[in-house]
Amino acid sequence: MQLNGPLVAPGSSFLEEVVAVSGVDIRACYQCQKCSAGCPVVSAMDILPSHIIRQIQYGRREKVLGSGSIWICASCHTCSVRCPNDIDFAKVMDCLRHIALGSGVVAGEKEIPVFHKVFLDSIRGTGRIHELSLILRFKLKTRDFFKDAGLGWQMFRRGKIKLLPSGFAGSKEVKEIFRVCGKGATR
Amino acid sequence: MREVTYYPGCSLHGTAREYDESFRGVSGLLGVGLHELEDWTCCGSTSAHCTDEALSVALPARNLSLAEKHEREMVVPCVACYSRFRAAEAGAKAHPEYLLFPYEGKARVRYALDFFCDASMFAELGAKVARPLSGLKVACYYGCLAVRPPELTGVERYENPEHMDQLMGALGAEAVSWSYKTDCCGASLVMTRTDIVVKLSQMILSMALEAGADCIVTGCTMCHANLDTRQAGLPVRDGRSSIPVFYFTELMGLAMGHREARKWLSRHVVDPIKLLENKGLL
Repeated sequence: MQLNGPLVAPGSSFLEEVVAVSGVDIRACYQCQKCSAGCPVVSAMDILPSHIIRQIQYGRREKVLGSGSIWICASCHTCSVRCPNDIDFAKVMDCLRHIALGSGVVAGEKEIPVFHKVFLDSIRGTGRIHELSLILRFKLKTRDFFKDAGLGWQMFRRGKIKLLPSGFAGSKEVKEIFRVCGKGATR
Repeated sequence: MREVTYYPGCSLHGTAREYDESFRGVSGLLGVGLHELEDWTCCGSTSAHCTDEALSVALPARNLSLAEKHEREMVVPCVACYSRFRAAEAGAKAHPEYLLFPYEGKARVRYALDFFCDASMFAELGAKVARPLSGLKVACYYGCLAVRPPELTGVERYENPEHMDQLMGALGAEAVSWSYKTDCCGASLVMTRTDIVVKLSQMILSMALEAGADCIVTGCTMCHANLDTRQAGLPVRDGRSSIPVFYFTELMGLAMGHREARKWLSRHVVDPIKLLENKGLL
């Protein structure tokens, strides 16, 4: 069994694709911009949340999927709870990331998707996140070995860094989960 | 004695070690028996839901399937794990095809803060507070996932929650009124876009100082890590340029006179011990 996600009819517009995959009807958006006004990370975004919706409606697939905004979103759900039209925009952002990973479009933020991949590879390997291994694996990818090294030492001195991962007997089941549904995770 | 299943999650075995220790400590004092879920897996966290919907349900659902075998509630101190469990419960209903292990939807998952904010727990707690935290002004910081999305958390006052404030009141502390209770700290962006997390965290820290709080209290491992470790360069306010950040369980343990409270607190990057000694609370 391999899970493929919802079916999108061939020839669909980008708007139809997003509505089908996310299950969220973004056509209800009337551009009040409340999502953008309340977004805590908006200053680091290249396209405002409300403008992402507009660009989807315009069919600008590459622009949206290649934006930094979809990766900068911290999934805090502030936009979703404040939308007067009940658009669950946090869910739309999840969906855009999923589509982006399979689209071949170059991600607008380099390290964030890499971090997600390293994180999931760690789970696939040991069933749980062993923080030290995760950080070392990620540093091997970014080659930025000295970032937060001082902080790491402070945390080590305070007994917050566990040196070895804990034993875990469910790895067969975890591998099965990743075999069946880790499609996005392996890209 | 109340028996519950305990899901610690990955952080409580590492950087949030004092949350695990203090959670176990207060559970013991309140007569809650903890049974750690056997062979639990990571909930998948942000990385699973950002990359693959099926995975974001299947990973936590394996734990739900293990949990429902026991007829106990499962208490989860890490709010990020809790949020993924709640999302997986909803996801499993909408997409049963994502479930790889038998799950009948019977697991009862509770966030540790909600668990202790229960009326019966409050009564129990009231009788056990041996050293009230008098004179301690706390800024209760709920963060995102303790309240949002409300359809998953069940929190009605998600813009201005007060349950942690009431819990702190029950411990004898004074919860200050402030506007940053549910603002985001940037969470896991700390690994990749540290600049964003420093900016957001320092805004929250500054606002807590401005509100006259002596310290911040949280129930989220990511929030705690970000607020406790990103204080360098914080602008001085009323002569202060740092502020201790507690897990709510640490303050519960302190008020109940738990013997190991000092050990938990020694693990923080921003030293909270001096503040407590100055207030005569430790």
